[in-house]
This record gives sequence, C-alpha cells and structure tokens, in this order.
Amino acid sequence: MAKLLAVFIILITIASAIPIIMHTWPTPPDISKHGYMIDEQMSETMLEAGICFIASQIILAIFIWIYSGRKATDPLKTFPGGAKAMVWAAFLIVGTEVLALGAFGAKAWGAVYFTPPAPDAVQIQVQAGQFAFYFRYPGPDGKFGPIHPEMINEATENFFGLDQTNDQASKDDIVTAEMGIPVDREVHLLMRSKDVGHSFYVPGLRIQQDFVPGLDLSVHFTATKIGRYEIVCTQLCGLGHYNMKAYLTVMSQPDYDDWLKKEAALQ
Amino acid sequence: MHDAAHEAHSHAAVHGEPTSFIRKYIFSLDHKVIGKQYYGMALIAAYIGMGLSWLMRLHLGWTNMAIPGLETLSKTGAPGGVITPEYYLQLMTMHATLMVFFVLTTAPFAAFGNYFLPIQVGAEDMPFPHFNMMSFWVTFSGFLVLMSSFFVSDGPTLGGWTMYAPLSALGAVTGPGQGWGVVLWAIAIGLFCVGQLFGSLNFITTTLDMRTKGMSMWRLPYTTWAWFITSIMGLTAFAVLMPACILLILDHVAGTSFFVPSNLVINGQIQPHAGGSTLLWQHLFWFFGHPEVYIAIIPGMGIVSHVLTANLRKPLLSHRVLVYSMGALAVLSYMVYGHHMFVSGMNPISSLVFSFPTLIITIPSTIVVLIWMGSLYGSRLRINSASLFALGFISMFITGGISGFFLAQPSIDILVHATYFVVGHFHLVMAVAAMFGIFAGTYFWFPKMFGRMMNESLGKAHFIISFVGAYCIFMPFHYLGLAGNVRRYQAMVDDYLQPLIPLHRFITIAALVTGAGQLIFLYNLVYSRFWGKPAPENPWEATTLEWSTPSSPPPFNNFGGTFPVVYHDPEQYGMQGKAGDYIMQASPEPSPGPDEA
Repeated sequence: MAKLLAVFIILITIASAIPIIMHTWPTPPDISKHGYMIDEQMSETMLEAGICFIASQIILAIFIWIYSGRKATDPLKTFPGGAKAMVWAAFLIVGTEVLALGAFGAKAWGAVYFTPPAPDAVQIQVQAGQFAFYFRYPGPDGKFGPIHPEMINEATENFFGLDQTNDQASKDDIVTAEMGIPVDREVHLLMRSKDVGHSFYVPGLRIQQDFVPGLDLSVHFTATKIGRYEIVCTQLCGLGHYNMKAYLTVMSQPDYDDWLKKEAALQ
Repeated sequence: MHDAAHEAHSHAAVHGEPTSFIRKYIFSLDHKVIGKQYYGMALIAAYIGMGLSWLMRLHLGWTNMAIPGLETLSKTGAPGGVITPEYYLQLMTMHATLMVFFVLTTAPFAAFGNYFLPIQVGAEDMPFPHFNMMSFWVTFSGFLVLMSSFFVSDGPTLGGWTMYAPLSALGAVTGPGQGWGVVLWAIAIGLFCVGQLFGSLNFITTTLDMRTKGMSMWRLPYTTWAWFITSIMGLTAFAVLMPACILLILDHVAGTSFFVPSNLVINGQIQPHAGGSTLLWQHLFWFFGHPEVYIAIIPGMGIVSHVLTANLRKPLLSHRVLVYSMGALAVLSYMVYGHHMFVSGMNPISSLVFSFPTLIITIPSTIVVLIWMGSLYGSRLRINSASLFALGFISMFITGGISGFFLAQPSIDILVHATYFVVGHFHLVMAVAAMFGIFAGTYFWFPKMFGRMMNESLGKAHFIISFVGAYCIFMPFHYLGLAGNVRRYQAMVDDYLQPLIPLHRFITIAALVTGAGQLIFLYNLVYSRFWGKPAPENPWEATTLEWSTPSSPPPFNNFGGTFPVVYHDPEQYGMQGKAGDYIMQASPEPSPGPDEA
C-alpha cells in the first residue's frame, strides 16, 4: 500500500505539471503595457513554486517507499543536521525566495497602483450595477456632469442619473454599454458602483479592481493590441453575477474617434 | 501518587456519574459525550455539504441538466429539477458555511479536542462542564438555525460564506435569500461564535490548570498543543466575527447602516441607508477569516504529528520547533488577513504591507513540513489508514501551500484573484488537508472512542479514492483559475470560458466518484461502531495518556477515579533494547533513550 501511494504521488505530480508546461489551458494573452511585469512575476513564481512542488512531493514519495515496512530490527536514523537543518533550510531557501518574490512583485504592483495616470489619459467612467456595466465619456468639454442618484432610471436609459437639462457639463456626456478605447493610449478609468460590490476584470488586460459602493476608485492602463475582449464581474453581486459582462473594444485612434462620434450621435 | 491525585482533585470540577438518559446522552456534562456530539453534528454537516457540492458540480458540468428529485426539495430553486442561478448560489453559500464552520472547525477542534484534551492532560473533565455542554448546544442551535433557512420562503442567502456587504446588508431587494436568509445566517454564525468562545475558554483552562502531576507543558502531546493554540485563536477571532454578525443583523432589522453607504440605487429606488462602510465588513470578516483558516488546520497539524509519531516509531525531529512553528502560524495569521483584500479598493500600500507577512508565514509552514519529512527519514513507518491519511495530509498541505506563493503577491493576485485558482488553493490547503486530518484522527482514535477497530481494508480503499480524487478535483481548479475562470459563476457564458467546460465536466465526474468514496467511510464508521473487532488496549502502541485509561471507551471519570502521573514526554518511541520499543507517558520505568543512529 505504501509503495502504491508513493507511485501515485509521483504520477499525480507529473500529471499535475504537464498542463502547466504544455499551456493546455493558457492564460489569455497579455494586451497591456504593464502586463509583462505581472507575467514575468507569474513565470518566476511558477518556476520556483514548481520546483518546490515537484521536489517535495518526490522526496515524500521516496521516503514513504523506502521507510515503510522496515522491520523492528532495522536501525532508526536521524536526518543529518536534525531540526536545526530544517529551520535553516526554511529560513534560507524559502525566506530568500519569498523576499525576492515579494520585492520584485512589489515593483509590478507599484507599476499599476503607485504611478499617477498621465495628464492626457483618456478619461472614462464606468458604473457597475446589478447586472451590467455602463460607460461614460466626458464629451468635447472634457468634464463629467454631476450624478444625481435619484434620477437614475433604467426605463428612460438614464443609467448614471444625469440631469442633461440643467447641468451644463452633462449635456455632451456620452453613455455607452460597450467600452471603446484607443490602442496605445493610457486610459484612466473612474469606477463607481450603483448598488452593491462588483469588480472590473479583463484577464488579458491584467486588470482586476473591485467597485466599492461609497468609494470613488480608479485604475489606469494602456492597451496595446487592437481587438474585442470581455469585461467580467468577479465580485459576487447577486443571482445574475455570472452573466454580468460587457465588451471592451480596443481600436486605432481614428476608429476610436469615429466610434465615439457615432455613440455621441445616438445620445 | 496519592498526593498527585489529591492535588488534581482539588482543581477538578468533578461531576458524578450520570444516571438518567438525558444527562448521559443529551445534556451531558461529560466531555467525551460532548466530543461525540460535536463529531456527530460535523458528520451530518459534512455529508449535507458534500451533497450540496455534488449538486453544484452537476450543474457546472451540465447547466441545463434536470436532476431527478431535486424539484421536490425546492420547487422554486429547481423547477423541473434544473437549478436556477440563485439556487446555485444558495447551495454554494450553504456548502461553504456548513463546511467551514460546522465541519472543519467543529470536527478537528471541538470534537476531538473535547474528547481527548482532558484525557491527554490527565484530567477527569473540563473545569466548566456546564459551559462545555452549553458550547455544544449553542453550536447545534446555530446549525439548526442555518438549516432552517432552507425552509423560509425564498430560501437561504446567496451571498457566499464571506457575506460581503452591502449585498448582505440591504435586504430582500438585492435578491432571493437576502432578507431572512441573511438574518438566519448571521444568527447561526453568531451562535456558533458563542459556542466556540465557551469551548475555547474550557480548552485554555483545562490545558493550563488541569494537567496531572508530571505533565509539564513540554510533555503535552502535539494534539494538546494544537488545540491549546487553536483555542487562543478561537477566543480572539470569534470575538470579532460575533459583533460583526450582530451589526449585520441590526442593518437588517433595526434600520442601522453599519455596512451601507448612502445613495445606493436598486430598482430605481434610493436605499434608506447612509453613512456606513462596506470595507468595514471585509476588515472585520477577514480579521476573523484568516485566523479561521489556521483554526481549521492547526488541529490537523497536531493530529498528523501525533499519528505520525506513533507510526514512525521514533520522535519527530523536534517537539519544540514544531510547537513554536504552530505558535508562529497563529500569531502571523492575524497579520496577513489583508491579502484577501488586495483588489478591494483598500489603500494599495496596505496591500504591500499585508503581502510580506503573508510571504513570511510560508517559513513556519515550511518548517512544519520539513520536520515531518525529515522525521520520515530513517523511520520504521507503519502503514495503516490513520498514517496514510496523515501522509496524505502532508502531500495536500504542500500542494495547497505552494499555490499560496502566488496569492501572497498582490501583482499576481490581480490576475488570479476571485478565480478558481483561489478555490483550488484553499480547498487543498484548508479543506482537503483538514478533512484528511479528521480522517487520520478518526481511524486513529476510533478504537478508544468506541472500543472497536475500524476495518483497515475499507480504510485504505477510502484513502486511495480520496487522495487521487481530491487531486483530480482540485488540481484542475488551478488551471481554470490561470485561464481566468471566475469563481461563483453558475454557468460559463463568457466566450473565453467556453474551452474550459470539458475540464469542468472532468472535475464533476471526479467529484462524484470521490464523494462516493466517502460513503465507504460512512459504512465503515457505522459498521465498525456496532460490529467491528473489539479493540485491544493500545492498538497503535502509542505513549500518550488516552491509551492509559482503564477501558475503551474510558469510564465517565476517564482514569477510574485515580489520576495518572506522568514521567516522560510523549515521544518515547524507538527505545533501545525494548521489545515493545516504546514507553508510556504514565510508565515510571526509566527511558533508555531512542535507538537512533
């Protein structure tokens, strides 16, 4: 039985590693300027974690194989160095590894969260609500009009609660159900929730950020590949959570300008 | 000996032998009966939780599948047997709540701890037997309240076991189960917290104050240390969750707004709340929630160390280093909770601050694993169902622990947060590992608890199915997560998730088979309880005091009215020149020292 377990451990270890090595179920390809740092961090961690995983499982299997079924007369042995060796090994190997990962990871994190958005970044507001995202562009005046929660009305498609009759800044605001952005230009995404917690997740964009009711949050990023991608919600928000999504279209600058004009005409 | 007995007596809260049926089996003051009651409740909760996971997995594999008979259980939740989106979330929430609280916390800590902690320290009972009885009945009331939410009009809450506000705090307007379902959930968990506080007080006092003569702290077995450390954590962690639950209930029934900010609009209506903070719930919840992970796993670590020592036939590399490491895990567990909130909108500097202790907690975890692995080296490993599950625990804990490397880093968390990667991680490191600890404990202590042996062949079959099955279920979760598969989705409707559906089906089949394997355990448990072979006095040739009681199960006062005197630490295995190769803790014969090269 012990030998069977040892064999199973080794088989499971190999079988577990294969899909990772073969990229059988790959991570959606990176389409962002900062994503390479996260991907490098991921590869580095995968390598180190993979070695730890494979090595420790194989050693466990070998020890189970060798030391099971030994007779009462077989001599007991102590691992060379005893507990002290184990403590040193944990501090030196794992300690160094985690600190290095932590330090490099902090750099990648900082690239997303500690750099301010460029002053000429495209400003887009996204509002999450059960169970849809809506996007708002400030229009030619570059200003978002104020939100009046009491005026939010899905029937009249006033998703953001804008008073376009009285608020000057709201008059040219463009509200869309899809998110269009220009390629290779930084986007500053201003996030608000209408009702409960939601999240903005585009795996390829390497961006995930919760919407927190009552808090104005923002993220900024630059998409580098033209295409159509899915924005999904990752924060449980109710029965329609699984179906809460929108599309992100990354376009060339001229296409983006045209798209925005068309959307403005539809308002 | 007489003095020792007298001294211990003066501390013990001795109660007489129960005579009535009610005092013996229902409102019992005997820690052993209370331990069995906890175990029984955990067993029921575990099988209900597993049944719910089967339903969830069937739905995830084949979303439109009509599950025969399900409509009778819930007409609105599964019309025609097809699970609705909200019913899926309700099943998920109940699965997690039952498993985390009423199984993983209850069985290894409250059940085994109640039964064996007083015996392992050489006491007659816990110092506050009435509190102990109340701790079970309050917890059991919590269980009944939670289960009752299946029977209220729109069913249990769908908010997930984390019950994030404001989804959980706004009431029925946010969806089915969000009214009474949430209130019942919060009452149930609040009661659970009260039960754990009573239990923790008893555990701490028993360990500190009820040890028999010669039982110094460093002579305590690993399990006692683990329960002691866990009870200190329980006292602080549950003391935070309980007020959080009370505030949540008040938001529902008293019109308060602890967790709800102003100007939230649902169905075109501004909600009548203002001034609350949604992140406050997350901070309170995770201040409990992360230590809770260790509350579930540290008793398992104790059980694994205890079972391994007896089956390696030699001491572990270091008793003290292992105990210190468990203590370090407990302390650090309070400093890492923010890693659940990296992308929550919390200050991004806080994310880095929480990231480093999260990475550092790997060090004591690694030390524990290396002590186990290093102790395997040169041992005379005995293979039985208990030791197999202990070895399985090590494998699972390594695998689940290693995926923690990824999640500890905020930058990687951006990609895999709230995906199946997280679900795979915590199921392996916390759920499966803790379950393996429970199984190891059950196979090991069953002879003591019931005086009969469990069937070893069935135990081994149960182990192999569980071990291979758990990997087949939870390893692919990591692949799903890396591919961006978001958790808590009742169906995979997004384009990029379509290629992952076959993998979901594979997982479903693995879950059904592994679940069926658990029925072998149930059969073995019930059959052996009544018809198992009578257990010898010390079937595993172990040293600790539970094997020094005059009978199995022990009499109501554990040691037949006398108190054992302890002469040794619990690791007297592999003794030189001894036929039995071990010396009991309560044996006065001198120790020749281990026969180690």
